[in-house]
Amino acid sequence: MGHASDLEALLRPPAREMPLYPPKTITLASGEQMVVRQAARDEVPVLLEAVAPLLWVERDFYDIVAARLFSELLAYKRYRVRDEYVLVGLIDGVLAGIVNGREVDAKTGMSYHTVTIRRGLRVGSHLFAAKMEYHIEYLGEEEVLIVAESPIGFRRWMIEYPLEKRYSVQHELGGVPSWVLSRETYFAAKPRLVAGRRPVPDALLRAAEAIRLLSEEAVRQQVLGETNAAIDAGRPAKAKKGGAR
Amino acid sequence: MRTVGIVGAAMTKFGRSESSLIDLAVEASLGALHDAQLGEIPIDGVVVANMGAARLNRQTAVASALVDRLCLYPAAAETVENGPASGASAVKVAFQAIASGMADVVLVTGAERMRAVSNLEATDFVASLSHPEAEYIYGVTLPALAGLFARLYMDRYGVERKHLAMIAIKNHENAMKNPCAHIHQPITIEGILTAPEAVVNNPPIAAPLHLFDCCPVSDGAASLVIAAGEVADRLERPFVRIAGIGQATDTHAVHERLDPTDLAAVRRASERAFEAAGIAPSDVDVLELHDAFTILELAESEAAGFFPRGEAATAIERGETALTGRLPVNPSGGLKAKGHPVGATGVAQMVELSWQLRGEASERQVRDAEIGFACNFGGFGNNVVATVLRREDR
Repeated sequence: MGHASDLEALLRPPAREMPLYPPKTITLASGEQMVVRQAARDEVPVLLEAVAPLLWVERDFYDIVAARLFSELLAYKRYRVRDEYVLVGLIDGVLAGIVNGREVDAKTGMSYHTVTIRRGLRVGSHLFAAKMEYHIEYLGEEEVLIVAESPIGFRRWMIEYPLEKRYSVQHELGGVPSWVLSRETYFAAKPRLVAGRRPVPDALLRAAEAIRLLSEEAVRQQVLGETNAAIDAGRPAKAKKGGAR
Repeated sequence: MRTVGIVGAAMTKFGRSESSLIDLAVEASLGALHDAQLGEIPIDGVVVANMGAARLNRQTAVASALVDRLCLYPAAAETVENGPASGASAVKVAFQAIASGMADVVLVTGAERMRAVSNLEATDFVASLSHPEAEYIYGVTLPALAGLFARLYMDRYGVERKHLAMIAIKNHENAMKNPCAHIHQPITIEGILTAPEAVVNNPPIAAPLHLFDCCPVSDGAASLVIAAGEVADRLERPFVRIAGIGQATDTHAVHERLDPTDLAAVRRASERAFEAAGIAPSDVDVLELHDAFTILELAESEAAGFFPRGEAATAIERGETALTGRLPVNPSGGLKAKGHPVGATGVAQMVELSWQLRGEASERQVRDAEIGFACNFGGFGNNVVATVLRREDR
């Protein structure tokens, strides 16, 4: 056995920064602009902080999705998963949702999770679409393997696109049968499901540079479908960029 | 006939609830009883409006259960199921009992817990009110009926999607001022209609109706304490008189109507309510209409006589139905944004009007409101109850 650094090299998958997802802005039903951009590895601590309050929210399977996303984000930060990427949706810099996935090979993408924090505005739907856009249009893959862990996810992905069954392939998320979005299905669905404009105006980009979080109470109210009256202007994240808590 | 009116009003927050159906009904009932401050005056009867407990919650005889939970024995108890018009029908039952002298005080509670099942099951449950052989077996749903109705109405009267969007925006805006509303989410014309992203934000549900033209599936309960005038005289509470109730029916299957865009039951029920109240539509200050779909707010406002046929869209454009307009419609947020727990809706409409006429609607208060009108639209317009409420200083 050599040095600790040698062991770490054995534990890490080959490090590769994923190609850029060009940011875009989406007008939501509320008239607000949601900027969708790629999240850097050093922003993961802030995202973990955002996901943590959802770990015990049973409604709509937030707990299982949040727990898995938490581990995937951690694995991304600590170099324990290969070719993962994370996209975030930000409204005035406040985190509205997170999606992630990874590239399996040049032709195949693996969709991981979609978590919506700001509900009622199809944020999850927009972010999932952005994720598919990244796989097909920017990574140039032929297909994306997808599973749903909640009825809402099933309606949004399997039914709305609609996806094709690919039960013969094991998805990385576990035992549920895999479905697939092909390049052809993506482009057929694009006019009605994939939205957004580029380039993003500078002012919006600047506002989306730092990720701000809703208060934990406001997050719970949002995901539990309660009033959003308590939404504040966004709490400063406890975790500092580039540092763990 | 004795004078009858509302002396207590309350409702739960509408939305998605973890409470049981009975817990929701109890919460609203206790609120209304607290509001009425009846003291030692007994409750003679309890009428519960509910459409789907047997199917959605596996519970029947809800009124008996509510009497038991509230320890209101030996009050008479009955449950009224009349589709989405159950709420106003229950108020009518209480009104008849008191007006005839059979009872002095009746508690009316509308309650529904629809989120106990999936949206697909809830949609199927509501569709069961359609004609079983002519509509339901072919897969007709309420959004589908409303879509067909909207297409014909828009074609005939020049109504555009922008008018429907303006109704949705207004009702969402009103709901922002209503703590009991299901949806607290402002929307904009850009976000749901004119921006390229609106295609995704506001997808078609049953063309030409889109997501933001349709009410949500809600849980919730609303409650009224209804009393004879002489009982109200003993209370130091505001009195909202039930000045007139009208009810009318139409063909079960929509296609059997001579003119499917003519909401004849709304027209007749409204005429009867106005006649009983001795007023004209022009006397009304505030409306609560059954906007399960945006097109229905517009069509009902015309059928009830508030606007000439085909002119409500122009009135909406001019802002006449806004909270600060000439004739505010759905200050509560309507079914569109306040929510639509079907059995509770008709009662909730009258809770809102009671608050409006008592001057207790806070931020969404309609100025100087004295007379209110509610339209509770059952089936797809085949069983409608219209009610006129009037503030009365006693």
